[in-house]
Amino acid sequence: MKADAMARSRVIPPLIGFGSLALSVLAFEVLIRLNVISKFIVPPPSEIAMSFERIIVEEHVLQRFVATGSEVLTAAAMLTVVGVSIGVLLFQVDILRRATETWVAAMAAAPIVLMYPLFLVIFGRSPWTIIMIGFVAALPPVILKTIEGLAGTRRVLINVGRSFSMSESQLFWKIMLPSALPTIFVGLRLGLIFALINIVGVEFLINFGGLGQLINELAERYDLAGTYAAICFVILVSIIVFALTERIERWLTPAN
Amino acid sequence: MAAIVQSFDSKASATPSSSDAIMRVEDISMRFSTPDGVLTAVDDVSFAVRPGEFLSVIGPSGCGKSTLFNVIGGLLGGYEGRVSVAGETITGPHASIGMVFQEESTFPWRTVVDNVAFPLELSGMAKAQRVERARHFIKLVGLDGFENRYPSELSGGMRQRVSMARTLAFEPKILLMDEPFAALDEQTRLLLGDKVLQIQQQLKQTTLLITHNITEAVQLSDRILVMTYRPGKIKRIVDIDLPRPRTSDIVSSEAFGRYVAQIWSDLREEASRGMSDDEKTRQGGHPR
Ligand SMILES: Nc1ncnc2c1ncn2[C@@H]1O[C@H](COP(=O)(O)OP(=O)(O)OP(=O)(O)O)[C@@H](O)[C@H]1O
Ligand SMILES: [Mg+2]
Repeated sequence: MKADAMARSRVIPPLIGFGSLALSVLAFEVLIRLNVISKFIVPPPSEIAMSFERIIVEEHVLQRFVATGSEVLTAAAMLTVVGVSIGVLLFQVDILRRATETWVAAMAAAPIVLMYPLFLVIFGRSPWTIIMIGFVAALPPVILKTIEGLAGTRRVLINVGRSFSMSESQLFWKIMLPSALPTIFVGLRLGLIFALINIVGVEFLINFGGLGQLINELAERYDLAGTYAAICFVILVSIIVFALTERIERWLTPAN
Repeated sequence: MAAIVQSFDSKASATPSSSDAIMRVEDISMRFSTPDGVLTAVDDVSFAVRPGEFLSVIGPSGCGKSTLFNVIGGLLGGYEGRVSVAGETITGPHASIGMVFQEESTFPWRTVVDNVAFPLELSGMAKAQRVERARHFIKLVGLDGFENRYPSELSGGMRQRVSMARTLAFEPKILLMDEPFAALDEQTRLLLGDKVLQIQQQLKQTTLLITHNITEAVQLSDRILVMTYRPGKIKRIVDIDLPRPRTSDIVSSEAFGRYVAQIWSDLREEASRGMSDDEKTRQGGHPR
């Protein structure tokens, strides 16, 4: 009974989350100081914390954070519009869906990021190369989950609509899409993970743009503390993007 | 079959001519092709429904009631025969037919009030007005206070009442209901039956109710159509000559008991046929 009440509380779960995070940071600090973990592999957390000021002032990490963040958001917007539309199209044109579903699924496993030379040729050394790679890499889960969501609309709900003499487009907008929305959001969340990983990865690879490039530089200088501090900003981007998605999801699917 | 169609009426004294009936179901057969061959779900069913009549279809599970219901509602194609409403042959969903489905059919992404207001929204009614209308029907099915809940927060029986209110809000001339009370306890079932009768009398709505509950059928109906177990044919059409207005109190009357006994003996035959069929299947006979 008591554990149940604790789980439902608004404060206690996040508190436990933060607590365990702080504890593991502390554990690392101790283990590194005791030389159980080599400080040349993982710098002590205290050192990482102290390097924040340096990378903010000297390395302009905030501008890079904004650069990467806006690349991710641009890719996310394109994913939502294009990915969901392709999913809808494939769902509605049965022959296209049968023809493409397998290789869309296969594409999800392909390391798109390694195709960066091709994107460089097409889009040049510009943010668009980065955005496009993130976007393409993240398309498969969005497309597949959109199809899955639409196909999973319960037959009886469509029959309800038909019994009200709804048109095909009314059926789509008022029944199939809302019914598919929770599944589409699963695809979008997966897609965003793919996009973020690929965007930072490409920045790192082509040594251009935001946080990925900074991490590349710092790693090359063997500034381990700085590298880890920069990685913290990547995590921050992901936290912000996910918090945003969750907001939008809760607004669009209030029933869940 | 024609003989049965013609023998159905005692009150109207004459056979309803085509102008008399609001709906005619003529020689409907529906076959499904299954892996084990062709399955005849509905076999040559014919009947006519008078305006304002309350007709129940009763029969053992799997006898083709829902299939018949989907054919009449225009949701299922590929059948033989003809269904007409006010003389007009049905080719698809018809604006004067409203359906309440057997399966759970509320929209989980909409609150109770938005579920019920759905058909009004489709017809372009202004928001304030349709919310008011929806509230009226929510109250009718006894769900006031739950307007802003989502279906996931309701019990199965409450959700079924939401679907019913939603179809009532559509205000169809002909109401088709496929076991709308199946998920309810006996008391709620009787009380909601009273409500449905009240609404039906008020709106002069023609109602077709599918059920396998004999008490419910006798309590509510003007006529009961008893179906046979697979293939689903009409076994008998029973006129229920009980006084109206009726309430659930009628359940304890003697005449009521006689009707129940009569239909029960009809159905027992069919149900046991169905059971032994299932038994054979289970004992390693050919699967359906
Ligand atoms: N789409 C379909 N394809 C193949 N067979 C079907 C289909 N729909 C129904 N059937 C078969 O038709 C028969 C009648 O089904 P139906 O759902 O009409 O029965 P029912 O009388 O409504 O039963 P219950 O009282 O259990 O709801 C069943 O044997 C069922 O297996
Ligand atoms: Mg049924």
